[in-house]
This record gives sequence, C-alpha cells and structure tokens, in this order.
Amino acid sequence: MSDNLLSRPAAGPSTHRSSAGKRLLRQPGFFIPGVVLLVLVVISAFPALFAGIFGNGDPRACNLSNSAQGPSSGHPFGLDLQGCDIWANVIYGTQTSISVGVLSTVVSVLIAIALGTIAGLYGGWADWLISRLTEIFLGFPFLLAAIIVLASVGERTVLTVSMVLAVFGWPTMARLVRSSVKSIRMSEYVLAARTMGLSQARIILRYVLPNALSPVLILATIAIGAVIVAESSLTYLGIGLEPPVISWGLQIAAGSRAFQTATHILIFPSIFLAVTVLSVIVLGDTLRAAFDPKRQQ
Amino acid sequence: MRIALSVLQKFGGLVIVFFGVTFIIYYAVFALPGDPIRALAGDKALSDGIIQSLRAKYNLDAPLWEQYTSYIGGLLRGDFGIDFRGRDVGEQMAARWPVTITLALSAWALEIIVGLGIGVVAALKKGTWIDKGLLASTVIVSCIPVFVLGALAQLFFGVRLDLLPVAGVSDGWPVSYILPASVIAIFGLSAVSRLMRGSVLENLNADYVRTARAKGLSEQRVIGVHVMRNSLIPASTYLATDLGYLLGGTVIIEGIFNLPGVGNLLFSAIRVHEGPTIVGISTALILIFLVTSLIVDALHAVLDPRVRHVR
Repeated sequence: MSDNLLSRPAAGPSTHRSSAGKRLLRQPGFFIPGVVLLVLVVISAFPALFAGIFGNGDPRACNLSNSAQGPSSGHPFGLDLQGCDIWANVIYGTQTSISVGVLSTVVSVLIAIALGTIAGLYGGWADWLISRLTEIFLGFPFLLAAIIVLASVGERTVLTVSMVLAVFGWPTMARLVRSSVKSIRMSEYVLAARTMGLSQARIILRYVLPNALSPVLILATIAIGAVIVAESSLTYLGIGLEPPVISWGLQIAAGSRAFQTATHILIFPSIFLAVTVLSVIVLGDTLRAAFDPKRQQ
Repeated sequence: MRIALSVLQKFGGLVIVFFGVTFIIYYAVFALPGDPIRALAGDKALSDGIIQSLRAKYNLDAPLWEQYTSYIGGLLRGDFGIDFRGRDVGEQMAARWPVTITLALSAWALEIIVGLGIGVVAALKKGTWIDKGLLASTVIVSCIPVFVLGALAQLFFGVRLDLLPVAGVSDGWPVSYILPASVIAIFGLSAVSRLMRGSVLENLNADYVRTARAKGLSEQRVIGVHVMRNSLIPASTYLATDLGYLLGGTVIIEGIFNLPGVGNLLFSAIRVHEGPTIVGISTALILIFLVTSLIVDALHAVLDPRVRHVR
C-alpha cells in the first residue's frame, strides 16, 4: 500500500508518455512503418497463408525447365534459377529475416540490461570491469567481428547467426542502460523507496528498471534493422545462413550472379529487404524523436 | 597540456581495448572448432608426420596464451607473421593497401563534399520542400543494404547504361572507383548531412551570430565564417570516426566490385581458412579504427573551445 504513494512520481512520466503516444499515432512517420511492420510480422508468423495467394505456395516446389522465367500469372514475381516461385521464397524469407532480427536483438537487449544495471547500480570495480568489456566489444567494427567469428562457427543456422550478432550488438545499449540507471539511482523517488526500507531487488525491478528501459527499447527497434541488414549481408557474402534455409540474403546473392539476364531474381527480394529495413529505421527514429525530452517543447 | 593529459588517458584505455580485441580475434580464429591444418589440406588426408611438423612450425601446440603473446611480440616489431603457405602476411597486405586506401579516401571525399553541402542547403532552406526532399532521400537511400545498392549500381550504370566498369581496377582512378566509392559514401552521407543541418540551424540562432550580424558583418561572412566554423565540429567528429569505418568496412564492397584490396584479401583468407592472414588483417584494421578514434578525440578538443577549456 505504501507503494502507491511512491509510484506517483513514476506516474509522472507515464502520463507524459500517453500524451506522446497520442501524438505519435497521428504521425505518418509512425503509422506507415508501423502498419508495414505489422504486416511483415503477420507474414512471418503465418507464411503458409501468404505464400499460397497466387496458387504456388511451396517455396521448394521447383521445376528446372522453367529456370529464371519472368513474372507470369501464378508467379507474380517470376521464377528463380532453379525454377522455384520467387513470391513464395520471398514470403518465407520474411520469416527468416524477422526471426533473426528479433531473436538477436532480444538477446542483446537482455545482455545489455543485465550488464548495464549492474554497472550503473553498483559502480566501483564492477562498473570498471563492465565498462572496459563494453569498450573492447565496441572496438570491433560490427560486421568484421561477425565475419571472423562466423567463419569459425561450424554450422550456421538461424540460431547461431542470431547469437553471434547478439554477442556484438549489446555494447551501445549496455552503455545507455548504465547511464540511465546511474541517473535514476540518485533520483528522489528511488531515495524515498530506499528510506522506506524496500529491498534492493524490489527497488531495481519496480523503480529503476521501468524508467531506464524506454531509451533502450527505442534503440533496440533500430538495432533490429541493423541486425537484419547484417544477416543478409553476411549471408550474401557466403558466411551467414546456408541453404536449405530460405533467406533474402541467399536469394539476392543468387540474383546478383544472374542479374544481367534475369533482373527480377535480384529485384524482388531486394525490395522486400529495403522496405523492411526502411520501416524499422523510420519507426525507431520517430519514436526517438517523440520521447526525446530535448525536442518536446 | 590538458589536451595532452586527456589524450594520454584515452590512450591508456585504447591499449586495454587493443589487447582485448586482438585476443578475442586470436581466440576465434585459432581456438574455436575447426583445425586450420586440416582445412589447409582440403579433402586429402595429411600424414601424421606432416601434421606434427606443421603444428610445430606454427606453434599451434603451445597453450593459446603463449601463442598469443608471441604473436603480439612479433606484431610490436612490425612482423605480421607468415601464412600457412609461407607467404609474409605483412607483405601481402602492403600490396593491397593502396586500393583500399584509395577507395576509402574517395568515398570520404564524396561524403564531405556532398554531405556537408546537402546539410547546409537543407538548413538554409529549412521547412521547404528542398529541405524535406533532401533529408528524406538520404535516409531512404541509406536504408538500402550496401550489397543491394552495389548490385543495382552495377546493373544500371555498368550493364544497362554501360557507363562505368562493373568490376576490377584496371581502368584506374577515378573511373574504376566511382561506383564503389559512391555506394559506400551513401551511408555516411545521410548522417553527415543530418548532423550538419542540425548544427547549422542551432548556430543560426546563437547569440554570437546575432552579435556578428549586429556589428554589421555581411550575411555571407556571418554564415561562411562564423556559422560554418562552429557547425563543422559535430560533422567533423563524425567524419573522422567514419574514415576508420570506411577503411575497415570495405570488405563487402571490395567483394561486390572485385577490387583487389585488403578487404578482398581478408575474404579470400576466410574462404581458405588462412588463420594468420585473418588475424593479421583484422588486427591492422582494428588498429586503424582505434587510432582514428584517438585522433577524433584530440581533434574534438582542438576544434571545440568548450572541450579545450573544461576542467
């Protein structure tokens, strides 16, 4: 019951947040990418429903004698080099890309929250150690690091590729969590909670974390886009996902080998990839602007 | 003095980062599953004797820590080691650097000229369609993954229009470098122009600009000298960091356009599991990256009077 009194200061930002929420809904920079992403998420949850719309829903039903045929009825995006339906492949590729993006980002957010909270809350040698570790991982150019590690990983599946990208994706977010935890730790409502004798765990879970999270979650939205680009780039280079996984990176790689004769193989997966990444980044950017107190007057 | 001290402090931090990063690379290449000697042989089986002597030659049986320290020892003397075929890694890299450096500098020049230009124009035309159009188009183009952009550029400018070479460097600078440099420059472009636009806008309303106007300076001089000088700080910091990325980030673009640079060498080394080459190139790239970030900090202190006088 004493919690009610204490949570009032925390309620301040939340009313401010809901008005920001209303303003957000009216912004084209929010609802357009929001709707696009919603559609993509639904597609990746039920690819079978969407793949079959034009009557050829099986991405692995291929006929070599129709190799690289252009768009026709039943095959709106045409057929690839193996004579497989490109529409069905692009739909199943959506599932792969979204899975890698979300899986990898969730893991790096969790790592970032754990390390950032410890560093920000306890300070001292734990902070020193975690900050150095963060700097070491920031010292790698992202793709270079992923290339080196993936080259030594045996089997490259959706899971392993996501994990490797997560291992190099957390440092920026951990820094952000650390600095917000540090400033919240000193705030009056946390001090009040401490004076009332609440346990450390309760203070962290109820007062510190909820308020430290929103900047990280916004950064995480943009990170999903970066991960999707990284996965498809690595796959394109031949050190990301491997067949039989269906992935935009693999389709674009195949398409770019044959782009002089059959442009459509390259173009359609590229459009899907570019639109997905664009939506994620525009959405993240709009969110960042909406929740940035500096830009709110 | 204070600058020197803070740069020294930063340098201390970078030394820790350097050892951490190189150790992780070393570990990833030599300790993760996958035997480099066996990979070297391909499908053929090597006799035990040959495997033993190769392992001894490359010091692979020593504990990883010892291998790593002896490697770093060589590195400090400027020795990048030899690869599994007995070629000097340093020499191989030296032959490739000119291509990578030319590519990175060309892209960098494009970012500076076009990026700063777009930023200033957008700021001066704030709120108009020119402003919105410029910003939106840089964001949209920068969201297209580099390999897609590269392939599309090859298709349209190389094949359809037949204007520029699709691959290789046989036509020399600038012809062979125009396409690849433009493709990687596009990414930095959106950040540079946004930073520049923001800081120009901020500075246009600053007190010192009002003072400059009040004392009767021409508009050209106010914008060209006072606003520009201070607006360049955020963009130049970004540009300096970006040069580090450009030098290390050309792996993909060199692959797409088949340019014989360091990134391409790293790539072929990965394909044939040439551990020493992979470690050598990655170490060199990370050194460049760390050194640029050190320079950025010093530059920041020199350019920004607030940083210079703080403390």
